[in-house]
Amino acid sequence: MNLTLNIWRQKNNTDKGGFREYKVTDVSKDMSFLEMLDVLNEQLAEKGEDPVHFDHDCREGICGMCSLYINGKPHGPLQTTTCQLHMRSFNDGETITIEPWRAKAFPVMKDLVVDRSAFDRIIQAGGYVSVNTGGVPDANEIPIPKRVADEAFDAATCIGCGACVAACKNASAMLFTSAKISQLALLPQGQVERKERAEKMVAQMDAEGFGACTNTGACEAECPKGISISNIARMNREYFSAVVSSENV
Amino acid sequence: MSWVSKTLSSTLGRKLLMALTGLFLILFLIGHVSGNTLLFKNDGGEAFNIYAKFMTTNPAVKILSYLTYISVIAHVVYSIILTRVNKAARPVPYASSQASTNSAWNSRNMGVLGTIILIFLVVHLQGFWYQMHWGNLPTVQYNGEEYKDLYTIVKFAFQQEWLVALYVISMAFLGFHLSHGFASAFQTLGLNHVKYSPAIKKVGLAFSIIVPALFASMPLYIYFMN
Ligand code: HEM
Ligand code: SF4
Ligand code: FES
Repeated sequence: MNLTLNIWRQKNNTDKGGFREYKVTDVSKDMSFLEMLDVLNEQLAEKGEDPVHFDHDCREGICGMCSLYINGKPHGPLQTTTCQLHMRSFNDGETITIEPWRAKAFPVMKDLVVDRSAFDRIIQAGGYVSVNTGGVPDANEIPIPKRVADEAFDAATCIGCGACVAACKNASAMLFTSAKISQLALLPQGQVERKERAEKMVAQMDAEGFGACTNTGACEAECPKGISISNIARMNREYFSAVVSSENV
Repeated sequence: MSWVSKTLSSTLGRKLLMALTGLFLILFLIGHVSGNTLLFKNDGGEAFNIYAKFMTTNPAVKILSYLTYISVIAHVVYSIILTRVNKAARPVPYASSQASTNSAWNSRNMGVLGTIILIFLVVHLQGFWYQMHWGNLPTVQYNGEEYKDLYTIVKFAFQQEWLVALYVISMAFLGFHLSHGFASAFQTLGLNHVKYSPAIKKVGLAFSIIVPALFASMPLYIYFMN
């Protein structure tokens, strides 16, 4: 395959940045999207040019590090991570536009790399449980219905990639935050900090500058892990019941 | 800040106000459309005029109408606040976007739809509501009691093609607003459930077609009957 790439280049956090066009030739249909970018970067390195910076780590669809807004969609045309997207999803001769995630809370650091530490700070605000130290507890000491365990697990599959924020017209982090609140609110271990968690994580999400939710459903449609917006409804319930009943005045 | 004002200035709190005021306006629409079906009665406007007087004088209705004014104002004010927050959350737009592949047009354009409804509301209130409260209306007598003849005002207003067209088109926009807003308000309140959400979606869709269609049929009926 021969492709034209229209890529966002930006030297650093303060640079204005802009698009640049590149040609890549002899791309295999079986390459992943990131491997295709590796081919481009090898070409650039041979010419002594600065390679295109992009985030990636596991390349197995489990770490959430890869990003990229490809042809107007987060992670490209399929509902998957960019590392799991293959070039067979594109046509020979196509022009592909590649942009970084766009959100005030995700500043661009260089080219296609954005700083997603706002997500870490939301987790730090309350996405944890208290654990007793001491003897090792029995594996099945705490009874949890299978259905509840499954629901908590579904929420816990969120890999923190930020595609939900990238897809949302309001750059809202509600899907991510609600998944992280849900995975703990559903389980007995999460009850101790339950109210405090909902209040603090929502407050941190707002403080980071993410937008509100208009319930468009774009996040759910683009989430590589299929996190459902029913988690957002749960977060709203958790938050509203926490603020009216907690002792935190 | 007290916990109440802190909550109501959070993104979730602001959305809660949007949802509650929106749902109250939906209840208002049910009342408004039911009462106005009296326009279809072939009695020269008697039933409609009696109803209109009741609506402007009954104390219980007065309380409801003040709640309606507050809801409209709060809904509009919070829609402006939220739209500004949401726009600020993405200062640099995407160069290419395929938003239509992941979300419905009306859900992404609630502000545009709402603004059109607001413009309509101003014209609508100026034409009938203001006239009924403070205008110099002709009067009629039914059984020895005097009534303002709002029916005649309505009848003459809807002889104008442009006004009939404005009403019909605005109702289409209201329908679009509600076809997202109705179910969205329940989701905002946290009411998402495998048993009830599909039904809420269906009722919302039916509501957003039937109610605006009934409203739109009134100016059309009066225009073609006269
Ligand atoms: C009879 C009139 C109206 C009714 C029944 C109505 C109803 C609703 C409902 C039920 C919602 C959903 C709330 C939620 O998602 O939780 C909504 C959202 C919205 N309405 Fe209205 N509305 C009306 C008029 C207006 C007007 C005049 C405006 C103003 C400019 C407006 C602007 C908006 C906006 C911007 C949203 C989306 C807010 C967001 O989620 O970001 N609406 N409306
Ligand atoms: S909710 Fe989905 S899209 Fe959002 S961060 Fe988690 S995995 Fe990514
Ligand atoms: S690189 Fe880890 S999910 Fe894509």
